[in-house]
Amino acid sequence: MRDRITAFLVLLPSLVAVGIFVYGFIGQNLWVSLTDWGKNPAQALALRPELRFVGLENYRELFSGLVDVRFRQSAVNLIFFTLFFMAGSLGLGLLLAMALDRGPKGESFFRTVFLFPMALSFVVTGTIWRWLLQPQGGVNVLPTLLGLPPLSFPWLTTREKAFVFDWNDLPFFTAIVVGLILLYLGWQAHREGEKRRRLWSLLSGGVLLLWAFTLGRNTPLLPYPEPHGFSLALVGVILAAVWQMSGYTMALYLAGLRGIPVEVLEAAKVDGASEWQTYRHVIFPLLAPITLSAMIVLGHIALKIFDLIFAMAGLDYAPTDVPAIYMYLLAFRGNQFAKGAAIGILLLLLVAVVVIPYLASQLRKEVRR
Amino acid sequence: MGRVFLYGFLFLATLFFLLPVYLVILTALKEPAKITLDTVWRWPEPIYWESFRIAWEAFRPKFQNSVVLALSATALSALVGALNGYVLAKWPFKGSNLLFALMLFGMFIPYQSILIPLFQFVKAIGLYGTLWGLILVHVVYGIPIVTLIFKNYYSEIPDELVEAARIDGAGFFGIFRHVILPLSAPALVVVAIWQFTQIWNEFLFAVTLTRPESQPITVALAQLAGGEAVKWNLPMAGAILAALPTLLVYIFLGRYFLRGLLAGSVKG
Repeated sequence: MRDRITAFLVLLPSLVAVGIFVYGFIGQNLWVSLTDWGKNPAQALALRPELRFVGLENYRELFSGLVDVRFRQSAVNLIFFTLFFMAGSLGLGLLLAMALDRGPKGESFFRTVFLFPMALSFVVTGTIWRWLLQPQGGVNVLPTLLGLPPLSFPWLTTREKAFVFDWNDLPFFTAIVVGLILLYLGWQAHREGEKRRRLWSLLSGGVLLLWAFTLGRNTPLLPYPEPHGFSLALVGVILAAVWQMSGYTMALYLAGLRGIPVEVLEAAKVDGASEWQTYRHVIFPLLAPITLSAMIVLGHIALKIFDLIFAMAGLDYAPTDVPAIYMYLLAFRGNQFAKGAAIGILLLLLVAVVVIPYLASQLRKEVRR
Repeated sequence: MGRVFLYGFLFLATLFFLLPVYLVILTALKEPAKITLDTVWRWPEPIYWESFRIAWEAFRPKFQNSVVLALSATALSALVGALNGYVLAKWPFKGSNLLFALMLFGMFIPYQSILIPLFQFVKAIGLYGTLWGLILVHVVYGIPIVTLIFKNYYSEIPDELVEAARIDGAGFFGIFRHVILPLSAPALVVVAIWQFTQIWNEFLFAVTLTRPESQPITVALAQLAGGEAVKWNLPMAGAILAALPTLLVYIFLGRYFLRGLLAGSVKG
């Protein structure tokens, strides 16, 4: 009995620390995000500032206020960054793993080479790639070594955007994307024969799509059009991020490929499957859970990406802005703590949407075991 | 044909991964006056070691900060993790699994969502701008992952060993010292490598909570490279210095590094 008490007492400091530093601080941050801290510059720097409760005003301003156009561009940047960074890391990682799985000579050398960027910090990677992506140097003059003309892409400095859309269409697009995902989940539930889940997924997806096509385009967030799009200055950042992280996906996929029992592959061969068919119908489905884990990890990194962009483009360069950068800028350079806190809460919500279902399903699997 | 294609692809991939390294070394070994954009890929003639000396002088205090920070926070993390993992794996109590799950959530939060209260807190307890503040923060936010790694590892140790020691009269700490700790080496190595790499490479807390005299090397490097006036030989030499410790860990302890990586992928 005494030992049990000792055990609890040993764990207690950690519990208290996590309670304060995680849950307590999230609560406090939430409270700050609902105040006007930073609106009045005199209060912002006061030792004991007087905070006034303003409800969701900070959130409303971020999404539809006049001054926060930069936040909206940063949010759009984040979406595109996440998509391309994940696609790039997963694609390249899978290709590398498939190549190494064929057992080339010097396999361990290649593995070491592909994985070493993981040991670097994003600051080092950013510093290196900032130099590689100088407009008149680095990557752009590489072709001249082979006697070709140099490239002229202004990597980190371009202000061009692709996939431009009006911010007012955001509810419309969001509803369509979420609606389609719900329909897909409904279809999956249908295949698994889960009737209740099918009903709710199809119903909510349908309502959402209906709303999108009827009212969705008539609820403008702003009184004027505001174009946003994928800022091409991020291409270089994505390149650097893929360079750093694709070795990680390679390691995951290689472990997955090596874990596929030989009998399964033999069976496919006996059935007369071509190599491509084996990949398509046997190997890729078996790799799906790994892809999901990797997507969670990579998505998590993407949402928080800060150091890489800080090192490559700095804090003040709007075209490569992401919410984590803008949050830091607002709070620690501009003393706009309440708005910075609001961005922090938004990032937390984004992570929670992805991570909590994943954790729950992992836990359920553990229980089933 | 297939083989040619395979090796061709691997060759191109190797170029993609190694060309940046080649350029970094090249630039770091060049005379500042000879660093021009159109001759970046040319081998330095003569080789100029001076940049490393200057970079080392400029970075030495920050490098030392990083060493102190990473070593002490890693050591404390390992201790905390071992004790927590031991309790959760061998002395579970009612609700301990729930508490563990609540603890794990701390790994997933984006630190932006606690940065402002954390900043206030560290200021309020007088640790702002000191290495101690940063050490505290790294140990606290490391609790979830180190506890997870040790708990998973200790769960593999048979309960009978603990039971036998208890019958022999050993108490909570006695069992830890004489049974658990001697078996802990593999988990200790994984945790040490994971935490050391993470803390050495960390940037957000470091840039928010330090003053120039307590800056670790990542912050100093980001600020040096961000300045426009500097010639690129210094940031490149600095990048090599900042990368060296974790690269050495990776090269010499790669197997454990990978294990830590995969343990970390359970997290996010």
